[in-house]
Amino acid sequence: MTEALRPVFAPWNDPDEKPLIQFKNVTKRFGDFTAIDDLTIDIFEREFFALLGPSGCGKTTLMRMLAGFATPTEGTILLSGQDIAPIPPNKRAVNMMFQSYALFPHLSVWENIAFGLKREGIKGDALNSRVDEMLRLTRLERFARRKPHQISGGQRQRVALARSLAKAPKLLLLDEPLGALDKKLRQDTQFELMDIQEKTGTTFVIVTHDQEEAMTVASRIAVMDEGRMIQVDTPARIYEAPNTVYVADFIGDVNIIEGRAIPSGEHVQIAWGEGVSDITGTTDKSFDNGEKVHFAIRPEKVSVSVEKPDDTPNAFQGKVLDIAYLGNLSTYHVEMPNGQIIKTQSANTRRLSRRAITWDDTVWISFTATAGVLLKG
Amino acid sequence: MRRLTWFNTTSLTLGFAFLYLPMVILVIYSFNSSKLVTVWAGFSTKWYGELMRNEAFLDAAWVTIKVAVLSSTFATVLGTLAAYVLVRAGRFWGRTLFSGMIYAPLVMPEVITGLSLLLLFIGIGLDRGVMTIVLAHTTFSMCYVSVVVSSRLATFEMSLEEAALDLGSTPFEAFRLVTLPIIAPAVISGWLLAFTLSLDDLVIASFTSGPSATTLPIKIFSAVRLGVSPEINALSTIMIAIVTIGVISASLISKRAAVRQRLEEQQAVRS
Repeated sequence: MTEALRPVFAPWNDPDEKPLIQFKNVTKRFGDFTAIDDLTIDIFEREFFALLGPSGCGKTTLMRMLAGFATPTEGTILLSGQDIAPIPPNKRAVNMMFQSYALFPHLSVWENIAFGLKREGIKGDALNSRVDEMLRLTRLERFARRKPHQISGGQRQRVALARSLAKAPKLLLLDEPLGALDKKLRQDTQFELMDIQEKTGTTFVIVTHDQEEAMTVASRIAVMDEGRMIQVDTPARIYEAPNTVYVADFIGDVNIIEGRAIPSGEHVQIAWGEGVSDITGTTDKSFDNGEKVHFAIRPEKVSVSVEKPDDTPNAFQGKVLDIAYLGNLSTYHVEMPNGQIIKTQSANTRRLSRRAITWDDTVWISFTATAGVLLKG
Repeated sequence: MRRLTWFNTTSLTLGFAFLYLPMVILVIYSFNSSKLVTVWAGFSTKWYGELMRNEAFLDAAWVTIKVAVLSSTFATVLGTLAAYVLVRAGRFWGRTLFSGMIYAPLVMPEVITGLSLLLLFIGIGLDRGVMTIVLAHTTFSMCYVSVVVSSRLATFEMSLEEAALDLGSTPFEAFRLVTLPIIAPAVISGWLLAFTLSLDDLVIASFTSGPSATTLPIKIFSAVRLGVSPEINALSTIMIAIVTIGVISASLISKRAAVRQRLEEQQAVRS
């Protein structure tokens, strides 16, 4: 959806575009522990860049280096072409929205937002109009005089956002900004964030461990693990074309099937155990005969049926082990003759009572040759 | 209240009697109209009136208050700085030594502190007077301030200071505009504690005072050696009142405000 809204926004594909932030071989060590491992990445103006990964993957360290609270052990970070290592946090054109919000408890909402502007020496009408503008942007006008403990979690989150945007930074860092909100509020706020990002034209770098959040808001996602970026791509590419088993497994639900590759013309056959015929897949990578391969396929790309479907290269018979009814969707766990369990997911377009498949039924699962991704290793 | 058995009641009564009976007797006898301390001759406040006309006592009181205000203010500044550095600087070489050295005066015998200060003042040729008592009191009360302030700083959200830096304040502005207002209750109760400690110190003051400056405790102590007078009782009663008010307000301020501030801070930080 994000792609459709911004069809032409892809500065990372434009060789003439100058990146706003450049990480050049950045390494950060804490004693023996390597938090960031030789990382090189460009982030462009107006991007909404998401750092996604499990806790301890180095995403927060990366952000703290941008804010100035940590310095790289090796390598350089450039902001608009300028090395930021010698610049202290209070002199950087970068603002951060803290995970804990870090609102000043002794100051009112208004004073919190005005804090950064006052440090710049802005006062009088200029100060008032900028703070009021921020209050309007985040719909907090009614709460200007309240203290942080007198407003709700969602409102506090908006105060933190308003405060970090007030100085119109080149770059806004958001550290798990929605972590403290409940699911419904989080979803609403995600769209609000995107809206504000587009209105202000600020570059956002967001740290999150919530893949759905990253998928929703980001123009590009960097999936991180153990201090390295495993894949940096648009949400759609991350989901549809993961480059490793790790990425495929981290984002969304997936079936990972291990097998041996048998190249045959434009297709690759995958032998995946006794009692099942080979999977037919397509790939642009080249595989040796008998090379180990992982075939990743999303549950919603696998269909389940009672009758054997025609015209499909991949159809396998199995037994329904489990059915999970999720309301709009149902997930079937189908056991293959080789013991592998394949998850399939289908929309419940008919009423539940009309469902033809139940526990222990023998069913056919099927998918097209292009539905899955072949991954090396 | 259901735990108030006869045993508990008795031990509580005996305990409090042990602690406060002497003081109660002193307070009662300060309102005795007789010149003889141990003979009750009726209620009177005349010794308080006498006290107000006693120049020597008034001078000593004035010195005591000057010393207490100055030394507790210096102790608060130094103690807060020490606490800030020890809590914030993280692990550095000699950190344990430094924190140990700040807390050591808490357990150091006062006679030794007093004697060493006396030797120092003589050594550097500093005339003993108000200034030397102020210095001495600052030295021993700053560790109390530092204990109170550092326990508050230990629970202070580091991200609040980082947020201030991130929004463009210098490290000093971040301290002045964010950290200090939030830890103010602890700093104030540290000040009150230092004030009270200075007010009733006898040992260190007698080592470091000179003929030009006598504090009330010294005055009382030397007066009592010539015999207890009802005037001393009256004076002691006033001092008990001041110290009690100081200690109670210190603990009230620190408890109430710290609880409220921490609550506000946590609520602001989490949802």
